[in-house]
Amino acid sequence: MSEQIICSDVALGYEDGIVTEGLNFSVSSGDYLCILGENGSGKSTLIKSLLGLKPQISGEIRCCDGFSARDIGYLPQQTPVQRDFPASVQEIVISGCISKLGFRPFYSKAEKKLALDTMKQLGVDDISKRCYRDLSGGQQQRVLLARALCAASKMLLLDEPVTGLDPIAQTELYEYIHNLNKKGITIVMVSHDISSAVKYASHILHISKKQLFFGTKEDYINSKAGQRFLESEVGSGE
Amino acid sequence: MSEIISTLQYYFSHSLVWYALIVGMLIALCSSLLGVSLVLKRFSFIGDGLSHVAFGSMAVAAVTGVTDRMIIILPLTVLSAVLILRTGRNTKIRGDASIAMISAGALAVGYMLMNIFPVSANISADVCGSLFGSTSILTLRESDVWLCLAMSVVVLIFFVLFYNRIFSVTFDESFSRATGVNSDCYNLIIAIITAIIIVIAMNLVGSLLISALIIFPALSAMRVFRSFKSVTVCSAVLSVICAGTGIVMSVLCSTPVGATIVTADLTAFLIFSIVGIITSKKCRK
Repeated sequence: MSEQIICSDVALGYEDGIVTEGLNFSVSSGDYLCILGENGSGKSTLIKSLLGLKPQISGEIRCCDGFSARDIGYLPQQTPVQRDFPASVQEIVISGCISKLGFRPFYSKAEKKLALDTMKQLGVDDISKRCYRDLSGGQQQRVLLARALCAASKMLLLDEPVTGLDPIAQTELYEYIHNLNKKGITIVMVSHDISSAVKYASHILHISKKQLFFGTKEDYINSKAGQRFLESEVGSGE
Repeated sequence: MSEIISTLQYYFSHSLVWYALIVGMLIALCSSLLGVSLVLKRFSFIGDGLSHVAFGSMAVAAVTGVTDRMIIILPLTVLSAVLILRTGRNTKIRGDASIAMISAGALAVGYMLMNIFPVSANISADVCGSLFGSTSILTLRESDVWLCLAMSVVVLIFFVLFYNRIFSVTFDESFSRATGVNSDCYNLIIAIITAIIIVIAMNLVGSLLISALIIFPALSAMRVFRSFKSVTVCSAVLSVICAGTGIVMSVLCSTPVGATIVTADLTAFLIFSIVGIITSKKCRK
């Protein structure tokens, strides 16, 4: 499997201080990487850097084999503006093709077909004319996932995708993401949800002020950092 | 009935009434197109704020005594539009607070300047005129009509060509930025166009009217329609119809033009709200 992104000794932060440092990890094609960490541990800063929107303070984020930050489909967290936005599902999904427009003002037939295909893939093609704000939370996330897939088909970067969903919708969304991963799309997911991370992911990156762990899921479960985190989760669950 | 028709025939034999109708409808069209994006981005107040800034800078221009006041009004308003947008993302002063601050400040400074350096004998008439556009729309020159027409064409072309990008930036800025769209640039363009429309419109129809023209049609359309395209088209059509009706009504009943147009917009909003409640109940069944 070829590596798509390699981070070596990366430090991230703002002018007034470093948020997180010592990040050493790589993402290979077909991986399912889960990034775990407390609030304020630098997860969202890491996302911005991976997308190429924010330069790192030191270290190197390298893209390999013709892979670039533009090949990442991004699923941001929902904003309050979106919840009552008057837009149809089809309009939102096709807006994922925006980077393919170049200097053209309108979408081509190929792009419309791509939008339709990804909508079918995520089971939202039958509601393509419905208004986004009338959909359930799970449906909304699938629409945004379809949009991300329109933007890029190699890697998806998901920022806490199940936040605010009920348990059934959460499981459903995890299954959709799992299926996409099985088709060969690399998944990078930022999450709080440790039990699902351990269930679905192939690799885990656990960060705090510094990198606590990076490796395969199996190693994580046996590692010190993993066990402490898992125990606290189970403890609070009971 | 025949009396009404003959009154209309009498008024529409004057080119001034035609000018007012054309300019009013064109401004309504431009502002409603921008309005959809501004309302959705939670920038409804920007119209209000900028029109007060334009009022303030007009006072500054009047005091300095330059012949072409636009030279001062336009740059100052555009600058404020950019400033409001910049501070909107700054967490120290929130977007709505910064707009309220700039708006009140500009209004106060403008009114004070007008009082300290009175240009004409009747200050309150001046203030009233620029805020409510009491008579200015009926005293348009042909050059104003051409200016308005040119501006509308530019705004329309911008909107059609960049429609998909505007949608993307309005719906989800962080996603658009991640896919390589320069959303800051589009926000800047939208702010600058808004500023220009407000300045031109304020001279013609008054600053109270312009903020109503920006928000009402978009809000009305959103009550009923459920896709971005239909909301945009509906708000443009609705806005033009309301402006036209308002101007004709104001001619017939000899009411103030600006206030009549806003009343027409308000009526349309109430009607659309009721229709929206009825149709959304049907949707859920």
